[in-house]
Amino acid sequence: MKAYFTDLFTGAWSLIVGLKVTFKALISPVVTVQYPRVKNEVTPNYRGHIDLVKDAETGSHRCITCGSCMRECPSGCIVVDGEKREGVKGKALTVFTLDFTKCSLCGACVEVCPTQALDYSQEYELAGSAREDFHYDLLKRVEERE
Amino acid sequence: METLNSLTPELWRLLLAIIGIVVVVFGNALVMGYLERKLAGHFQCRTGPMEVGFHGILQLIVDGVKLMGKQLVVPAQADKKLFMLAPMLSFAPVFLPLLVIPFSDKLQGFDLDVGLLFILAIASINVLAILVGGWGSNNKYSLFGAFRSVAQNVAYEIPMLIALLAVVFMTNTFSLRGIVEAQNVWFVFLQPVAFLIYLVAMVAETNRAPFDLPEAESELTAGFHTEYSGMGFSLFMIAEYTNMFIVCSIATVFFLGGTSGIPLPYFEYTGALWFFAKVYLLMFFLVWIRWTYPRTRFDQLMNLCWKYLIPFSLINLLITVVVVKL
Repeated sequence: MKAYFTDLFTGAWSLIVGLKVTFKALISPVVTVQYPRVKNEVTPNYRGHIDLVKDAETGSHRCITCGSCMRECPSGCIVVDGEKREGVKGKALTVFTLDFTKCSLCGACVEVCPTQALDYSQEYELAGSAREDFHYDLLKRVEERE
Repeated sequence: METLNSLTPELWRLLLAIIGIVVVVFGNALVMGYLERKLAGHFQCRTGPMEVGFHGILQLIVDGVKLMGKQLVVPAQADKKLFMLAPMLSFAPVFLPLLVIPFSDKLQGFDLDVGLLFILAIASINVLAILVGGWGSNNKYSLFGAFRSVAQNVAYEIPMLIALLAVVFMTNTFSLRGIVEAQNVWFVFLQPVAFLIYLVAMVAETNRAPFDLPEAESELTAGFHTEYSGMGFSLFMIAEYTNMFIVCSIATVFFLGGTSGIPLPYFEYTGALWFFAKVYLLMFFLVWIRWTYPRTRFDQLMNLCWKYLIPFSLINLLITVVVVKL
């Protein structure tokens, strides 16, 4: 008999506590945004697909075409190629493509790069209609970036 | 023209009342559909509908057009007649109780001496509609939903009736206007236990969370209306929202003094503002608890009814009768 009334009162009290919790949520500000029109800032820690870094001093990429990333990549999704040019020390980069359909985002290429020429991008809107849409030309991307 | 002229003033009044009631039924479904989704959003720190019109205010109209355009799919091997009958059986009776509800002193279809019995008798048809719909769908989820609905509604009608009976003993009338007029003090202060019991039973009677077992999404897909599409589904929804409106109206009439409030000019009409304010406050409470409590298990549901609500309502009735007699 005692348990019956204890149940009743603790139950009723917990119901009131529950109502209080949801009412606080009701009057607290909205945390979602209307996505395509309003966008949240991406956290700097976000690891998108890799991108070539634009050097602030030279205004160009830092890649020396050593090919470490290409060899390190466990999925074999990076292709790097270069050519010897007159007046340029070492090799000049001509091709740097990423096949993002195979990339597992392990980051080994970023780790291994001797000149810190690679970094993670902030891209997250990655819808495409064909698999070729995910074959990125990173050299073109870095040249187009302002 | 001949027939129009032959209508007596009383018939004209009834005609206007019926038109008004149709407006209330559809208007309430629109307002509550929008409010429910908007409040559901804000209870979860979201915004709810935002796209159609200012803050999504036209969302329900667009949804209505979509539902009207959809094909009514009748499942193979369903009992076609019963399947088509159920939504209408659920929707058609919801107009009748509104005829006897006193929205204000003058805004009332007609004042029946047995108004309360009339409302409860009509409201219980909804259970039959759910059973017919669940049976006619030839679907295990629908059938389970219907079974649960019948068990639940039959169980919860008892404490609901007994709680209301306590008020009837105090006022000595079943007429809703008589009960409003008898309230010098709102009965929620004289009959708090009856009010609480009615509040719980009213949530269960309208099959809303936390007692929404007949349509439990996570267990039964959508319960009795799993197989309904287009207007079949929306008739059930309009009926549900109107039933919410009716039970909240009964609560307002019985416990919250009906139209009583701060006097306004032309109070015999504008009293309806207070009435609607109280009804929608209760509706807000229904939405609030829907987004607060998890669904009860079936045995918990029955325990609550038979072990708590019915004994307490009987004791409450006994005390009321003794006090009234003294």
